[in-house]
Amino acid sequence: MSRVLRTGAALLAALVIIAPLYWMVVVAFSSRRELLGGDLRVWPRQFTLENVERVFSSFPVVAWFGNSLAISLVVALLSVTTSLLAGYAFAHLRFRGSDALFFIALGTLVLPIQVIMVSLFRLVTGLGLYGTYWAVILPTAASAFGLFLARQFLLGIPRELIEAARLDGAGHLRVFRSVVLPLSKPLIAVLFFMSLLQSWNDFAWPLIALRDNALYTLPIGLLYLQGQFGSDYGATMAFALVNVLPMVVVFLVFQRYFVAGLTRSGIR
Amino acid sequence: MREVPRRPRGESLAAYGFIAPNYALLGVFVLVPLVGAFVVSLQRTDGFGDGEFVGAANYARLVTDPVFWRALATTAGFTVVVTAASMALGLATAVLLNSVLPARGLFRSVLILPMAVSGVATALIGVLVFDQNNGILDKLLGAVGLPEVNWQSEPVPAFATIVLVTIWWRTGFNMLIYLAGLQGIGPDLHEAARLDGANSWQRFRNVTVPLLGPSSYFLVVLNVIYSFQVFDIVFVLTGGGPQGATNVLVTYAYDTGFVTRDQGYAAAIGMVLLLLAVVFAVVQWRASRTRDLVE
Repeated sequence: MSRVLRTGAALLAALVIIAPLYWMVVVAFSSRRELLGGDLRVWPRQFTLENVERVFSSFPVVAWFGNSLAISLVVALLSVTTSLLAGYAFAHLRFRGSDALFFIALGTLVLPIQVIMVSLFRLVTGLGLYGTYWAVILPTAASAFGLFLARQFLLGIPRELIEAARLDGAGHLRVFRSVVLPLSKPLIAVLFFMSLLQSWNDFAWPLIALRDNALYTLPIGLLYLQGQFGSDYGATMAFALVNVLPMVVVFLVFQRYFVAGLTRSGIR
Repeated sequence: MREVPRRPRGESLAAYGFIAPNYALLGVFVLVPLVGAFVVSLQRTDGFGDGEFVGAANYARLVTDPVFWRALATTAGFTVVVTAASMALGLATAVLLNSVLPARGLFRSVLILPMAVSGVATALIGVLVFDQNNGILDKLLGAVGLPEVNWQSEPVPAFATIVLVTIWWRTGFNMLIYLAGLQGIGPDLHEAARLDGANSWQRFRNVTVPLLGPSSYFLVVLNVIYSFQVFDIVFVLTGGGPQGATNVLVTYAYDTGFVTRDQGYAAAIGMVLLLLAVVFAVVQWRASRTRDLVE
């Protein structure tokens, strides 16, 4: 294919991806009258913030934003910690049952949450977590994908480095802190951003675990708002922007970490 | 042989310490509920108070439940179509972006952007675009003289919407993996094939595609796992409708468990999901072992 043709094809692909997102923005800033009028246009004839104002005055958007932020930050921190620790053990320590244990963790990757949702809900209620952030945080904090990724990265640390430190008399925890951790900064960034993104956008389990309006995260709030406002697309899209925009910005700014995490996972 | 003296006992203990936080969470919040789910699947219960033990009655009911079989077929169809289409498109765009092109980095950023968008927001944008009364897509179709489609009220178009929206959401990921694979292929093989007189399609078919084998294998596994668990898109975009046409196993399980609150039956549907997941895991594990032996 010639270069012109290839550029054309790439532009077309980019257009297909961007168009729906662009349309979300247009609708979010169009007046209700204009949306009902319904002729084709590429930008609101009259740019308006009325949808944004209506959404913020009808729903506790700021609180929901705070819930999303708190939950996803804690999940990300827990997930980085647990994945890094366990990943180190699977990459560099020998212990009985390591293969079976690793296999079990990977097995949870193919397990849809719907398999365990009923009994997990009972467990969470039984533990007195229902009605708190922890009902969402704890069941989603241990990431099999994160563990897998951490092991892959940490296998790249030369064994000699670790054994040298051991010979100098350092304990395992000390080796982890002073040898492994300093070399793991890119890995930590990858794990952090990936679990932050996943938790920020998580839906199926929070839908079950968060029945209390005040604890809603943004995706659950978004669904709730759609239930209340129905086909008021201006309001729905304005709120969708609140959900989408922060992660799109984070994603674009820290893109190399996401890309590294995903492509690294593909290397066998 | 290693010169370093090993202290297996101490090393094992340390290892268990390192994996303890991860496996404590996994054990309490995945494995315990997994056993619990099996117990619940043998009960009739609405989730309030104690359930009544009914043995295998829920499983017997599955066999004669047309909604279940239809959801199973829809799940399978969805998985096949989405996996095939999003991998083909991912490969095509990866080849495109691996060639000489202005603003390649920008194109890549745009194509992977949907990965940052939540499933709920993606589905709601889908609702907006595919609205059959006032949606932009039908207006565009009308503007170029094509017939408008009843995306929401007819079964086949509704199924098409969940497929199209999911492809939009997922193709960037496939492209990234393929792009990484392509960058591992040196130019020499292509050069050799070119000297042998192979045209660009033949080179793509006989050099690029076989060398991307590991990437393709990895993507088939991930796409099947993902498509089989699709929830957000279906739940928000179509709610399983119209007339159950887009109902998949996971949405059926959710509705049964938390809307009609027939939780024993929902747990039984969950066990079928588990069985399918295990069968798939075993098949792919065997396939990968055979592949390793062949290579």
